[in-house]
Amino acid sequence: MSVKTIKVDMLARVEGEGGLTVKVKDGKVTDVKVTIFEPPRFFEAFLRGRSYDEVIDIVARICGICPVAYQMSAAQAIEDAFGVTVSEEVRQLRRLLYCGEWIESHALHVFFLHAPDFLGYQDAVAMARDHLPVVQRALRIKKTGNDLVALVGGREIHPVSVRVGGFYKVPTKAELAPLAEKLKWARDAAIEAVMFTAGLPFPDFERDYEYVALRHPHDYPMNDGRLASSSGLDVAVREYDQHFEEQHVAHSTALHSIRTGRGPYLVGPLARYNLNHDRLSPIANQVAAGAGLGPACHNPFKSIIVRAVEIVYACDEALRIITSYEKPAQAVADVRPAPGVGYACTEAPRGILFHRYRVNPRGQVLDAKIVPPTSQNLKMMEADLREFVTPRVTTPVEALTRQCEQVIRNFDPCISCATHFLRLNVERE
Amino acid sequence: MARGSKPRLAVWKFASCDGCQLSLLDCEDELLEVAGALEIANFAEVSRAVAKGPYDLSLVEGSITTPHDAERIHRIRRASKVLVSIGACATAGGIQALRNFKDVNDYVSIVYATPAYIETLNKSTPIRDHVAVDFELRGCPVSKTQLVEVLSAYLNGRKPDIPNYSVCVECKLKGNVCGLIAFGPTCLGPVTQAGCGALCPTYHRGCFGCFGPKEAANTASLAAAWRAQQVTNEQLVRQFRGFNACAEAFRKESEANER
Repeated sequence: MSVKTIKVDMLARVEGEGGLTVKVKDGKVTDVKVTIFEPPRFFEAFLRGRSYDEVIDIVARICGICPVAYQMSAAQAIEDAFGVTVSEEVRQLRRLLYCGEWIESHALHVFFLHAPDFLGYQDAVAMARDHLPVVQRALRIKKTGNDLVALVGGREIHPVSVRVGGFYKVPTKAELAPLAEKLKWARDAAIEAVMFTAGLPFPDFERDYEYVALRHPHDYPMNDGRLASSSGLDVAVREYDQHFEEQHVAHSTALHSIRTGRGPYLVGPLARYNLNHDRLSPIANQVAAGAGLGPACHNPFKSIIVRAVEIVYACDEALRIITSYEKPAQAVADVRPAPGVGYACTEAPRGILFHRYRVNPRGQVLDAKIVPPTSQNLKMMEADLREFVTPRVTTPVEALTRQCEQVIRNFDPCISCATHFLRLNVERE
Repeated sequence: MARGSKPRLAVWKFASCDGCQLSLLDCEDELLEVAGALEIANFAEVSRAVAKGPYDLSLVEGSITTPHDAERIHRIRRASKVLVSIGACATAGGIQALRNFKDVNDYVSIVYATPAYIETLNKSTPIRDHVAVDFELRGCPVSKTQLVEVLSAYLNGRKPDIPNYSVCVECKLKGNVCGLIAFGPTCLGPVTQAGCGALCPTYHRGCFGCFGPKEAANTASLAAAWRAQQVTNEQLVRQFRGFNACAEAFRKESEANER
């Protein structure tokens, strides 16, 4: 009898604290766990009783890497509850802010968290010794995203300008103009990044996922659209609870999202791309084709290429918005609290982020439900580990451990995000 | 540290959003320089490489909320020559300290289907409640400039130059209209420590206290001024209960107005 255990106590180069365990016995994978020991923070609980105008700043603190995603989903869910419609100008400005977050978050993941895996480095600092121009360029792309978030939102982490109905302050055309040059540079640099990532060595590994992403009549999805999936799901966001549920799984320390009656599904760049590549800008589409992505990509390791393509798209889209931008006459819509339930789903860099709030007539939260992308992917992370390890059980443990870590990093997990509702099970020594 | 070798930096995370350690990565212009001046010995978000202690400088993000973490921080303290806590979670318990005003079991049962699995402390507490801290850097999130100042001060063997005056001073320096007058009465600027560059008033809203109470904050006087403007007790309590809800001055003021 041969027993082999792949165990990572502390996953590096992911956001938050987690680990993984894969057990192999007699050539078969017998147990797979993605362990999470990030402490719970109880956001849904302490949101109760808070006023609608405090929610956006509070939920931003769920995650320092994607605070804009939380602000966007929360603002729109509360607007949905109140029956508020924002102006097209505000909608475009929100999209611009979100582009900034996509650029900084994707640049961070592609170059600092993910690329070192493919090239055999422990981190980007070590990678910089051999690939200095690549890392320097990555830092500048990331800075462009941060500059955009800081200008529209006030600061890079936990922006302050977003409010229910719009913004506290909107930028002038002149304030945005200097960003155009930076974005043009970043778009070119991102095109080079796509080529760089396309040249990385990819394990031969394809998966038959059910992809879930937003789908919009004409935009590559960010803030709005219907919930769509590769198996034909096509519903309004307010129907989310009828199609998705969270489950306790005996062998796992975490709650897992599933498609009701179906099973695990995948959210994130691969899902967005596979369901929406026809909505990319011409430049982004051309770059994707040049990188050999084709109309669909089923190798999760290649999500690094798709993220790079989405950086190109986000730069391009930000440029489009800045070019046609006129300062909105009104920074904020007329907001009147009303009792009800509001729903919203937006595309965080790592996938759909669902929010639901029930509010009283004064606009105070009665209850909140927040389902971050990482929790939606957790079950698939374990499925991927199982599928990946099974044909590779004879690979030496050290190499296989590294590859398993990489399987997890393909998802760009945001563990702090996921953990406000995860069960806690401390396994760390 | 040994002469000629680089000081060894470790970055640790407790209950938090990761935003403060991300601030280090957001120092795009300085990051490679910082990496050149310090040896990154332990920084899980950035590197697989984990070097054993002792560490010359530990940056600690997040608050203590589990029995396991209450133990872990002691091990980190023992392994660190200098320990700096960064951000509102590490210096005041963070937003998750809102549980300190309630029965945490109520929170557990609201959020978790199987409360029995949850191992959590009743309170979320700052790092200094558990171990000696050499310096505290405030903010939700910390300011990048202040973070670089802390690292630079450490490398040059001096005290970090971090102001302890109020946000109002920054507002005046920026030439902003007073937030209390322009954006409604509940601006926390007069009692909040500077560091953000008076960000919120610049973005046309009142300060909501990201950097926590300034030295000798007169919260009672501010609360009285708000009440004169018809701010209700309920609003007043919520205003002081944000990301620094358990920083002493804010906690006391919110509790004084709770009834």
